[in-house]
Amino acid sequence: MLPLILFYIFATILVMAAVAVIVSRNPVYSALSLVLCFVTSAAIWLLIEAEFLAIVLVLVYVGAVMVLFLFVVMMIDINLEELRAGFTRFAWLGWIMAGAIVLEIAGVVLTKRLGIDVTRGGAPLPANYSNTQELGALLYSKYAYPFEIAAMVLLVAIIAAIALTLRHRPNLKVQDVGRQVAARASERVRLVKMDSEHRE
Amino acid sequence: MITLAHLLTLSAVLFALSVAGIFLNRKNVLLLLMCIELLLLAANFNFVAFSRHLGQLDGQIFVFFVLTVAAAESAIGLAIMVVLFRERRSINVEELNQLQG
Repeated sequence: MLPLILFYIFATILVMAAVAVIVSRNPVYSALSLVLCFVTSAAIWLLIEAEFLAIVLVLVYVGAVMVLFLFVVMMIDINLEELRAGFTRFAWLGWIMAGAIVLEIAGVVLTKRLGIDVTRGGAPLPANYSNTQELGALLYSKYAYPFEIAAMVLLVAIIAAIALTLRHRPNLKVQDVGRQVAARASERVRLVKMDSEHRE
Repeated sequence: MITLAHLLTLSAVLFALSVAGIFLNRKNVLLLLMCIELLLLAANFNFVAFSRHLGQLDGQIFVFFVLTVAAAESAIGLAIMVVLFRERRSINVEELNQLQG
């Protein structure tokens, strides 16, 4: 009974935070509401015993992606009034689409032809069951190649993000490492032989 | 007990809200990216729910890959947006008509 009560509490927070993401005036508030969404989703995933993904969601999304979003929100200086103009003009279309999607999904789920008993939850797991261990065993055996492809995707994303945002400013003073290494003492230091000065 | 129906309903509501968000914030690239993240979260909910329901972990592995791709997507999307803002001083979707699309 307690997990169900907790589920309802977290689900309410999640839906309210999702509404806050899409209607709030300030993108910073949207980003922070999205953080709340991810944290409550992680809590719900903990409730249905998907511990590893819950932690990954907090670490990767809240820790990395949302911080990146917040950085970008604060870095760029956007004109909010211009972006908010006509906010409600197509709002009715958005809500109609949202309602249609809910009806469609409900139609699919509520038809009994799928052969899935939706009134049943996952079978309770034994006390010594380790979600992380099982996932790791599967990830490094059956899904080893997809795992490596995922690593490549991340590498490409890193290189692409750096290559896109890197810029060379013309009047910036930077080191030229090649010239520094190629420099010789004879070019830099001139030894002058001269007699010592005498006081008169 | 949390049943599959609870999770699927929550996921459907979340998905619908984020689609509505794409319509509402159609001028702001930043908000569009955030709505896509929310959309992927709703999809991940379904993966986790069915994975637990069927007692197979493959669904959770898929969520792992979706998270990877979503992180890459948001990183590149934000990088493109920063470059765009440097060029145009604006992230309004309506002004992005250079490609005449």
